[in-house]
Amino acid sequence: MDKMPKWADLFLIPAINLVLAFMAAGLVVLAIGQNPLDAIYYMIKGAVGSTSGIGYTLYYATNYMFTGLAVAVAFHARLFNIGGEGQAAIGGVGAAVVLLAVDWPHWTIALPFAILGASAFGAAWAFIPAYLQAKRGSHIVITTIMFNFIAAALIGFLLNGILKNPATQNAETRNFGAGAHLPTAHEMLAPFGIEFSKSAPLNFSFLLALLCAFLVWVLIWRTRLGYQIRAFGHNEGAAKYAGIPAVKITIIAMLISGGLAGMLSINVVMGEQERLIKEFVEGAGFVGIAVALMGRSHPFGIVLASILFGMLTQGGFELLFEMPAISREMVLVIQALIILFTGALDHMVRDPVERIFFRMQKRAA
Amino acid sequence: MTTQTQTGRQATAAPAIELRGISKAFGPVQANKDISISVKKGTIHGIIGENGAGKSTLMSILYGFYKADAGEIFINGQKTEIPDSQAAIAAGIGMVFQHFKLVENFTVLENVILGVEDGPMLKTSLAKARSTLTSLADEYELNVDPDALIEDLSVGHQQRVEILKALYRQAEILILDEPTGVLTPAEADHLFRILEGLKNEGKTIILITHKLREIMEITDTVSVMRRGEMTSTVKTSETSPEDLAERMVGRKVLLRVEKTPAKPGKTVLEVKNLRVVDEDKVERLRGISFDVRAGEIVGIAGVSGNGQSELLEVLGGYQIATGNVAVNGAQIDLTGQHSDGQSRRARGIAHVPEDRQSEGLIMDFMAWENMVFGYHHDPKYQKNRWLMDNAAIRADTEEKMQRFDVRPPNPRLQAKNFSGGNQQKLVLAREIERDPDLLLVGQPTRGVDIGAIEFIHQQILELRDQGKAILLVSVELEEILSMSDRIIVMFDGRIMGERDPAKTNERELGLLMAGVSDKGAAA
Amino acid sequence: MDSFLQLILTLDMSIRLSVVLLLACLAGLYSERSGIVDIGLEGKMLIAAFFAAVAAFHSGSAWVGVLAGCAASLVFSMIHGVASITYRGNQLISGVAINFLASGLTVVIGNAWYQKGGQTPTLSGAARFTPIDLPFARVVRDVPVLGPIYSDLISGHNALVYIAFLIVPLTWWVLFRTRFGLRLRAVGENPASVDTAGISVVRMRYRALIITGILCGIAGAYLSTAQAAGFGREMTAGRGYIALAALIFAKWRPWYAMGACLLFGLLEAISNLFPNINVFGLVTIPVQFTQALPYILTVVILAGFVGKAIPPRAGGEPYVKER
Repeated sequence: MDKMPKWADLFLIPAINLVLAFMAAGLVVLAIGQNPLDAIYYMIKGAVGSTSGIGYTLYYATNYMFTGLAVAVAFHARLFNIGGEGQAAIGGVGAAVVLLAVDWPHWTIALPFAILGASAFGAAWAFIPAYLQAKRGSHIVITTIMFNFIAAALIGFLLNGILKNPATQNAETRNFGAGAHLPTAHEMLAPFGIEFSKSAPLNFSFLLALLCAFLVWVLIWRTRLGYQIRAFGHNEGAAKYAGIPAVKITIIAMLISGGLAGMLSINVVMGEQERLIKEFVEGAGFVGIAVALMGRSHPFGIVLASILFGMLTQGGFELLFEMPAISREMVLVIQALIILFTGALDHMVRDPVERIFFRMQKRAA
Repeated sequence: MTTQTQTGRQATAAPAIELRGISKAFGPVQANKDISISVKKGTIHGIIGENGAGKSTLMSILYGFYKADAGEIFINGQKTEIPDSQAAIAAGIGMVFQHFKLVENFTVLENVILGVEDGPMLKTSLAKARSTLTSLADEYELNVDPDALIEDLSVGHQQRVEILKALYRQAEILILDEPTGVLTPAEADHLFRILEGLKNEGKTIILITHKLREIMEITDTVSVMRRGEMTSTVKTSETSPEDLAERMVGRKVLLRVEKTPAKPGKTVLEVKNLRVVDEDKVERLRGISFDVRAGEIVGIAGVSGNGQSELLEVLGGYQIATGNVAVNGAQIDLTGQHSDGQSRRARGIAHVPEDRQSEGLIMDFMAWENMVFGYHHDPKYQKNRWLMDNAAIRADTEEKMQRFDVRPPNPRLQAKNFSGGNQQKLVLAREIERDPDLLLVGQPTRGVDIGAIEFIHQQILELRDQGKAILLVSVELEEILSMSDRIIVMFDGRIMGERDPAKTNERELGLLMAGVSDKGAAA
Repeated sequence: MDSFLQLILTLDMSIRLSVVLLLACLAGLYSERSGIVDIGLEGKMLIAAFFAAVAAFHSGSAWVGVLAGCAASLVFSMIHGVASITYRGNQLISGVAINFLASGLTVVIGNAWYQKGGQTPTLSGAARFTPIDLPFARVVRDVPVLGPIYSDLISGHNALVYIAFLIVPLTWWVLFRTRFGLRLRAVGENPASVDTAGISVVRMRYRALIITGILCGIAGAYLSTAQAAGFGREMTAGRGYIALAALIFAKWRPWYAMGACLLFGLLEAISNLFPNINVFGLVTIPVQFTQALPYILTVVILAGFVGKAIPPRAGGEPYVKER
């Protein structure tokens, strides 16, 4: 029988990991002479204490859902796509090119094309590392890291060159125009008489991200392709025996992964900035790793983990106002600790918990 | 229980090794239960048992790889704690593992001195080892080029390096874990000569194996293990293979399977001049030709590593080859361009692979997910163009588990939670129930408990009697002899000969497997 | 002569810029040769740079800074060790966490201590490493060609530069001539062989990570106390990843590592000195291309089109005794 009930694996262990990460972060706060409980209070208040806070929290969560799903799909094929950052950035170029090319009459028409542009560009950026992994055995972790840097250079080149808005000094494109404006939460909720913050950047993309999470769930657990991706990820040798094409699965999984990462730009570039700027990804590609780990590569878990990380990010901004001695980068520390405890130090918690369950079963038997 | 063996001058000395009450559990699995043995100095002691009987665990405890939960170890009468390999080496124990522990891109010398260097600089250590190796080589027929890289050596030579490593560490007790599994018969004979030489020098040798022939040939005493327990220890001269086999499995083994004569029909599989060259440019199959007809079982006998695996892989669609293969008269593409496991299945070939854990099943998948593995494209498992019909697959699985007596019959249990025999039944159920024209079966009963063996054999025979063609690959001669209607012996990528099981015996097959044909020695 | 001096200047800058890469690359070499993949070089350098600047500022000694940097980097290296050796965690994930942690901690602590947006106070005097003039550097300066090469290119660097280049032959010697090196290479290729030979895999790997920590510490200290005069947020700017690229480029060998780091240092120098290179008035090579070239070259190498890079065989996999 299983060593541990499923609920313990899915909820108990991540919960313990999370508590440990927050305790470690609390020590850091203590070390710089601040009260960690105050910090947590202000973070939670900042994240969910107002519709503006919620709007920001879910806006960030939207980003993390896209990148988290991207990492998870690759994980299922046992591919560690650390290149979400670069794929999202290039996805932004795709979205921008589409949105700049035409004077769009209405967002409903612009959106499908922007999605196409963003995901196609993101997928294309994942294609070369995927191809090299599948065909030449080049380690995908290293190549995707390299492609993050190449993407940064490429965006810098484009935004200082052909895509640059000549009207400003900044490395950015011109605005996309009113026809490409995605409805914000404020605009969407107003007809229902709900007063939502006008300033919060939460927009239609949030629903898109939820839809993507559902589609990824269907893909992984209900389709033949998902079955093959999982089989390949669990056991490459067996996949060969079953006639599951390794090259094809590797490339397809990475294309989906890159496409999902590219979708982040729908939220940020199209939904919030309404123009392409440099470094708009802001580390969301890396946070995606933490989100996928926390969420156990399951879309439902990823949605929850994304909201948690969204709260962290937004709460971190609020923290800066209330406790100026703690910088925003505290969020990075917490994220790092969560990655450390849920990802790298997993056995530290899992092994003792398994032993406890084993002993309990033995006693019951 | 222990037996005192009299070997002359050392009759009064303390035993070289004595184990008392050794127990070891891995989680819920009790690998060793209260084991006690005693081995005289200057003897060869065999430990025999089926796969998974706990032999390797016991020896790993003796070598400090695992810590026993209970029990004591005495070396030359001294109670000895062996917490790690360093302590084992210090106690004069050397071990040759089944899978060699050599650094592939190091030279022989570097491998030999690893861990026992003289001082922090390598130069002196290497010089010393070079001269020691030369004298050891002369003494025990252990010749290897000290400057060769391990990856350039043959398996037999790599094993010699392992023995040299132990001797260089001045081991007085040498443990060999399934040493002949990867050797050609000639290499195995050479190994036995080396072991005899070592024994005559007063070294104590423990030989772990599941091959009765080796026990009878070389050991002085033998212990039998079954399900983690040491059931008996006897003098080799006072036992017989049948007796040992019975002790191993716990009851009389049916050496012959009850079956009716085959009624071969038309030719289903036709193989002509099949060649395989692997990634290292080594020719694994050197142009073999044979056929299998409907309603017969063709058994492929041979020491493992003589091309049988490659043959199955080619026919199963995941190894590139040259030559001709036809199924039911239609040619099959062997280049891998338009062929894979999927296209083979479409041609009516089903395949029970040699290694169910690394090929046949996904251990983390649930039983029902495994039940469509390889057949996931089958329309009957699809709900529509996009989605699989998981409910239908589960129902289908439940039915098959019932029919093949898989226990527990729970389709939602992960494959890793079934016993070896039940895992094999899952694979068999999946492949046989496809109603294939040709069934490829590799090592159908490896690591399978005795009760399941009979069941599995019965299922394969039934399929034969339905008029299907079956190609059976097994390293177990008994299995080949009892199941096959025709026997083909492979050696070094070639077919050494074909025999009628009714008109041959283990001795004749053994010679063929060793590369000795009627026309004299081959290769 | 003008272009000759220009060349000397460029090469001199390449050397300065390659030092950080070289130290980090050698740090990675020890870790990866022992079978531990380390993408956390960046984070270790960053935390080291921070604490080196802090310690140098308060003690007034650059050497104390190096010690503090090494200590901080060691702590991070040990976190990686606990995660990837003791608890057999995913080494890549641990590396990602370490990079994040360094990015966050340096700014959080720096801001709490100095309220300068993560920057540390400017270092001056003995708190910084200053150039050392090699003997006769002044005397031979006027000798044509060789003079400038000796006095401007070879002489006039700070102590850490010379230390970094001395570590190259030292590493080669350790790796291929000593018992430690033999065991280190063995543990990265086949840990089971080391285990059965009675050597602790765990201890060997921790030792390798200690060296990695120290070398990353020196690299970080160089950044904040020699190359710059204090710590600035994210001052490693991806150099840890370039070092990783250089390590692959160098096929995990010390001398090749020096070559790769000098090449990547040269590329960085070129992109600094000549942002947009005009080739014969035809094409302008954008600065971004020169900046991205180390990464592009590494991908080409990884693709195996120009010589195959074969990593240590046991790299990335935690060692678990088989049953």
